[in-house]
Amino acid sequence: MSLHLPRALRWVAVLLMLALTVPLAGPAVAVVPSEVLDDPALEARAREISKGLRCLVCRNENIDESNADLAADLRVLVRERLVAGDTDTQVVDFVVDRYGEYVLLRPTTQGANLLLWVAGPLMLLLALLMAGFYLWRRRAAPEPDALSDAESKRLRELLGE
Amino acid sequence: MFIELGHFALILAAVVAVVQTVVPMVGAHKRWPGWMAVAEPAATAQLLLVAFSFAALTYAFVTSDFSLQLVVANSHTDKPMLYKISGVWGNHEGSLLLWVLILTLFGGCVGWFGGNLRPDFRARVLSVQASVSVAFYAFILLTSNPFLRMELPPMNGQDLNPLLQDPGLAFHPPFLYLGYVGLSVSFSFAVAALIEGRVDAAWGRWVRPWTLAAWIFLTIGIALGSWWAYYELGWGGFWFWDPVENASFMPWLIAAALLHSAIVVEKRESLKSWTILLAILAFGFSLIGTFIVRSGVLTSVHAFANDPERGVFILLILAVFLGGALTLYAARAGVMEARGVFGIVSRESALVLNNILLAVACFVVFVGTVWPLVAEMLWDRKLSVGAPFFNAAFTPFIVVLALALPLGAMMPWKRAKLRRTARALLPAALLAVALGALVWAVQSGRSALAPIGLALAVWIIAGSALDLWTRGGRGSIGNRLRRILRLPGSDWGKAVAHAGLGITIFGICAMLAWQTEDIRVAQLDTPFEVAGYEITMTDVSRVKGPNYFSTMAEMEVRRGDKLVATLHPEKRTYPVARMPTTEAAIDNGLFRDIYLVIGDPQDQGGWAVRSYVKPFANWIWLGFIVMGVGGFMSLGDRRYRVAAGARKQRTASPAQVPAE
Repeated sequence: MSLHLPRALRWVAVLLMLALTVPLAGPAVAVVPSEVLDDPALEARAREISKGLRCLVCRNENIDESNADLAADLRVLVRERLVAGDTDTQVVDFVVDRYGEYVLLRPTTQGANLLLWVAGPLMLLLALLMAGFYLWRRRAAPEPDALSDAESKRLRELLGE
Repeated sequence: MFIELGHFALILAAVVAVVQTVVPMVGAHKRWPGWMAVAEPAATAQLLLVAFSFAALTYAFVTSDFSLQLVVANSHTDKPMLYKISGVWGNHEGSLLLWVLILTLFGGCVGWFGGNLRPDFRARVLSVQASVSVAFYAFILLTSNPFLRMELPPMNGQDLNPLLQDPGLAFHPPFLYLGYVGLSVSFSFAVAALIEGRVDAAWGRWVRPWTLAAWIFLTIGIALGSWWAYYELGWGGFWFWDPVENASFMPWLIAAALLHSAIVVEKRESLKSWTILLAILAFGFSLIGTFIVRSGVLTSVHAFANDPERGVFILLILAVFLGGALTLYAARAGVMEARGVFGIVSRESALVLNNILLAVACFVVFVGTVWPLVAEMLWDRKLSVGAPFFNAAFTPFIVVLALALPLGAMMPWKRAKLRRTARALLPAALLAVALGALVWAVQSGRSALAPIGLALAVWIIAGSALDLWTRGGRGSIGNRLRRILRLPGSDWGKAVAHAGLGITIFGICAMLAWQTEDIRVAQLDTPFEVAGYEITMTDVSRVKGPNYFSTMAEMEVRRGDKLVATLHPEKRTYPVARMPTTEAAIDNGLFRDIYLVIGDPQDQGGWAVRSYVKPFANWIWLGFIVMGVGGFMSLGDRRYRVAAGARKQRTASPAQVPAE
């Protein structure tokens, strides 16, 4: 995905970044050392899935962040399913089947939930329409015509030209 | 005895508030100066009485008076003095007392500094303000009395929730409340104006500094809360889209919209009824926030059922004030005829866009926050709305806002030319795109978040700088700079606050995109590497604190041969409250934070250790501070200090900024 810049420019960029001391990241590792999967790609998927699942006994935490035992069990469960060869969707469906829709931090778009997702865009559209109507009514009278020759002459006199 | 006097003072304050609600309002209606004049001394009396009451409760906490139920439930003799004091508001009853203390403080301020208001208008404002306090006194005295005694005082207390025993959180609620409650003044101004049926430029000028002050406090309060979450919760998140957080974020968004639309009322006498509506909604969201936090309804529907009395009472307050004000608004809004005429492309329209984006963003947060409740009540569906929803549904509004901001900020009033403004901003746009592309090229293949964040930030900051630069007019650089330095406080405040938003956007994007995480079993004296830093755990020891036990590690962080920092992450146990907490150790830096957390000892030896390197983390809060500073600069604008004189000028010549 990188942009192809001339080599010299790249060096400048690298130096600039070093000057900013931006450390570049290595691969991510799991929450508790013993839970880590050996396959980094699989582990990355597990982390991503974990971030979308709610810890059921916590206030408002996903299982990836939570220290609760139940969250740890769920993390292990997610990893087991992944190792067994499930796709991401299958893993999530498996967890939802067991614990219900409540575990999804990102609500589905099924049924009435569609309202939740379209509420923002619909409101924006409505607001823009209303504002557009208001602005149209309040817009200034059309611009006056350009200055007549006499007016231009007088203007130049006033400006001392 | 002192405690009972405090209790009595609170009851007396409630009586004074009833008088202050009725007498000045009747006086303003009948034009009786004597009745109107009751408002100001009554406001001062309320403040003194509540302050005394609050002092009495604080005294009980400081002296660990365990004959008081509240002290038993929230304090302990071993607790450090700072947390004995912060324990006063670290609980439901005490925090409500703090709420009314601040409410009366603002009421008193309107009384003292409102000398430039028309006497009848001031009487009405103070009357509405007092009616809000009446509701909250009733709430405290009837359902949440902090002064209840124990029949058999125990030897010691149950201690404050350890998570709250923290300097960041000690000062978080007072600031947040100063913001929440500060919006009550904007509300009182709006309702008083509706009762009078008159909104003019002077109203916009009066209401703006109060809103600005409330917004600054909210900004500081939110930043403190977010900073606390960052270092206390143990993995360095800074915003969780928790209902309680959203409760403070919604009034902040609406207050930001109100700040901008009040400018249009003041300068152009337009958007009057919309601004009134925003003022009502801003305080409405403060009340909704109080309801969410205090009833516990959104954490769990069952928490609400456990204590329905309080929840229903706040809901009642909410219904009366929000419903009443909105009804009044519906009846009177038509009276407020706008005067200023402006083109479709103009500063006015840009501010309308700002208001739409902020208000709809707030609406999205609101819908997301209450949706679990709605879904359970209407369709019996138990579901969650978490961070992934808000990130997806809220962020686009902020991106559009950031894109439009520099353009709108530079447009002239009345009629603007888009092309001309765009041309003036071309250098900012080029710089933003160039830097964004550069970062994208360098980080090759990682998420586009950081480059986009950087480009938006540069666009806003450079745009603000260009705005100031063009305001300097023509001439030599020296002359321009001299003129720029002499620009009014509100111009500087605008540029600085906008730049602060840019800094925060960059901090959030950079940290999310570039942070490095490392989770492992660390052995003593065995170095490991995280993002170019070499970290060594040199010691783990048991330490006893004043009211806790701690497992404290000593970890050395090196870069090359240089020792960067020696950090001491802790895992604490508070025996009285029976709760463990993690105390992350952070080496703060302008360009990166090194963030270490120690976990449990492992069976096969060593300790679970989590290490993070978080680039530009502090820029998130730096941006908030800069926004606050911008607010203060704007608050210091000369036109608010000389507002009395300015009112006379205004009637002579309508306050207008010449359009170029």
